Amino acid sequence: MGCACQCGSGQKEDKFEFIDRVIERYKGQEGSMIPILHSIQQKLGYLPEDVQAYIAEKMEVPLSEIYGIVSFYTLFSTQPKGKHKISVCMGTACYVRGAGLILDELEKELGIRVGETTKDGSFTLEACRCLGACGLAPVLTVDGRVHGRLTVDEVDQVIAEYKDKE
Amino acid sequence: MEFYRSHVLVCTGTGCTSSDSRLLISGLRKELKDRGLEKEIQVIETGCFGFCNLGPIMVVYPEGVFYCRVKEADLKELVEEHFVKGRVVQRLLYREPGATVKTQEFNNIEFFKHQKRIALANCGIINPEKIEEYIARDGYFALAKVLHEMTPAGVIEELKKAGLRGRGGGGFPTGMKWDFAYKAKGDQKYVVCNADEGDPGAFMDRSVLEGDPHAVIEAMAIAGYAIGANQGFIYVRAEYPIAVERLQLAIQQAHDLGLLGKNIFGMGFDFDLDIRLGAGAFVCGEETALLTSIEGKRGEPRPRPPFPANSGLWGKPTIINNVETYANVPHIIRNGWEWFASIGTEKSKGTKVFALAGKIKNTGLIEVPMGTTLRTIVYDIGGGILNDKKFKAAQTGGPSGGCLSAELLDTPIDYDNLIAVGSMMGSGGLIVMDEDTCMVDIARFFLEFTQDESCGKCPPCRIGTKRMLEILTRITEGKGTPEDLNNLEILAKTIKSAALCGLGQTAPNPVLSTLRYFRHEYEAHIYDKKCPAGVCKALLSYQIDPEKCRGCGLCARNCPTKAISGKIKETFVIDAEKCIKCGACMEKCKFGAISKG
Repeated sequence: MGCACQCGSGQKEDKFEFIDRVIERYKGQEGSMIPILHSIQQKLGYLPEDVQAYIAEKMEVPLSEIYGIVSFYTLFSTQPKGKHKISVCMGTACYVRGAGLILDELEKELGIRVGETTKDGSFTLEACRCLGACGLAPVLTVDGRVHGRLTVDEVDQVIAEYKDKE
Repeated sequence: MEFYRSHVLVCTGTGCTSSDSRLLISGLRKELKDRGLEKEIQVIETGCFGFCNLGPIMVVYPEGVFYCRVKEADLKELVEEHFVKGRVVQRLLYREPGATVKTQEFNNIEFFKHQKRIALANCGIINPEKIEEYIARDGYFALAKVLHEMTPAGVIEELKKAGLRGRGGGGFPTGMKWDFAYKAKGDQKYVVCNADEGDPGAFMDRSVLEGDPHAVIEAMAIAGYAIGANQGFIYVRAEYPIAVERLQLAIQQAHDLGLLGKNIFGMGFDFDLDIRLGAGAFVCGEETALLTSIEGKRGEPRPRPPFPANSGLWGKPTIINNVETYANVPHIIRNGWEWFASIGTEKSKGTKVFALAGKIKNTGLIEVPMGTTLRTIVYDIGGGILNDKKFKAAQTGGPSGGCLSAELLDTPIDYDNLIAVGSMMGSGGLIVMDEDTCMVDIARFFLEFTQDESCGKCPPCRIGTKRMLEILTRITEGKGTPEDLNNLEILAKTIKSAALCGLGQTAPNPVLSTLRYFRHEYEAHIYDKKCPAGVCKALLSYQIDPEKCRGCGLCARNCPTKAISGKIKETFVIDAEKCIKCGACMEKCKFGAISKG
């Protein structure tokens, strides 16, 4: 399996054409850099160096400025992500209800540390900021879907649910 | 217009959506259709009711019957019993903690009884995706009123007299803020809504945006009229997809009806709104950092003065208010300042929304008059501590706030009282902690958060929080020294006075307040090398009580490091050298023979 961006030959043009289109859409709007990066990352999954360099050239700003923004905001990533993204909420409410133990268990079950992706590319494990679902604490999301009121024993069921899912 | 004999309100806020309320709605509609009731009973998707841990929530009117944790499998019975036979399904009603009889009506439930809803007035009542429902609840009447009957200065005067203060943290008088921007010179001015709700454990802004987006839009247009701005921005967290979607829809609907755009109400006032998404940086909740982020740059704060009211977005006069603050504005305009000023305490008027979470029975979103005591919130509304354990502390104000101990349970909560006891209102997260929560560990948790989110621009915050975190980590690992407490206090005071923005200036608060009320816990970690709450792993040890041990061997079989040994039917023992303190044995023991300390 290749990487998520599908940057094989022939498709390379598509990627940059897409970026052109996004930049065109925001042309002339002040403060459009962050919406542009959001749109591009949503499509490509992450913002690798060649993409950042291309945006810099197109928008006539230094690459350092783009990199400065990408590295500042935690939602932007320069690394490809796994097929399924598990985000464990580490907000205060979840923390006092044992989110740390859930995270430990996930690390153990998946054999990776927070921020890493499993070798087969199926899961990326992240600790995230408060999701605002405090009433269901502790919670985690897998691909945006919320699983709440979790116990350590249920962690392997959650993984199993997504393991074979495309 | 069609008439229905009954309305079923189903919550579609983030909490209940996470509990699959969407499936429930489609299932209910299908079930009603199958029984030929779709013309008699209407299903309405609403915003958040607030009682999130009971989700999905359903209220049936006209009776006001409150059903909770309704599952798809319950629908057949529900439709058959309630809507065909007219009998309430007892099984799905809510039972108050400790009560023997279930409560049938929404209004009789303790959780709702003590509340007064202004900012959340429409949440859980209207369908947020229909502007007509907002208008039916007097929506956009306040905008019409200011455009037809009031001068900009009159609007500002009304807010000043009402005594509305910023609900996002600082509590700055909203009317004064607007007045500064009104008086500032400039051909272009901006109105900004801070919906970058980053405090962990606070989700009121999200609920307002999801449940009543038009209230914020209307208030921003009023603000635009008051200060002379015709463009507004709503800066919202990308982590809130439902809120973003509903805002976009609401802005579109307001445009279609001429309530946004050119020549609103034919009064020659133009106002437009744009949404900007955050990208995961806590510091962007600080107003100057937020403005820098809207400008498309790294969201680093800038020194004040100049204040945004004089030099804000792209150097133009700008007002920034948070979501909950705006949500109060249309009510004040409609009902008058006297009404608003009659609620609350002397210096804190109106109500405050709190996100009640942590070790408490009823978690969710509540709105109470300013001056309500912590005891009312925790015990009457919150139903008390989970598993009837002992209350230890309530944390307010998120990473910028502090912990309130049990002796402060009867303090009326308002801006000034919270500051006086070493915490702050913040955005209104209220996390309850019980005897099993370690206060040193909580202080470390918050410092880890602020250290990670420090933007790095000013050294007191960048380096100071790092040093504080190192000390706290050391203490929780049992390596603390007596000087550490003194050093923590010196660092805290330096950072408070020298950091550039609100994030840094308030970062030491969790440490200072826990040192003030729970110093003995720090001392136990340092001098006795013990964690009284049994949280800090390095300081724990597990013991098997020979009196209670029946020698079943279940603990030994579950120990991942084979640290437990013994003969069946005799007392087992734990080898402290091999033990990794995972707690698996304690969880498995059926006789409660294993304890930690």
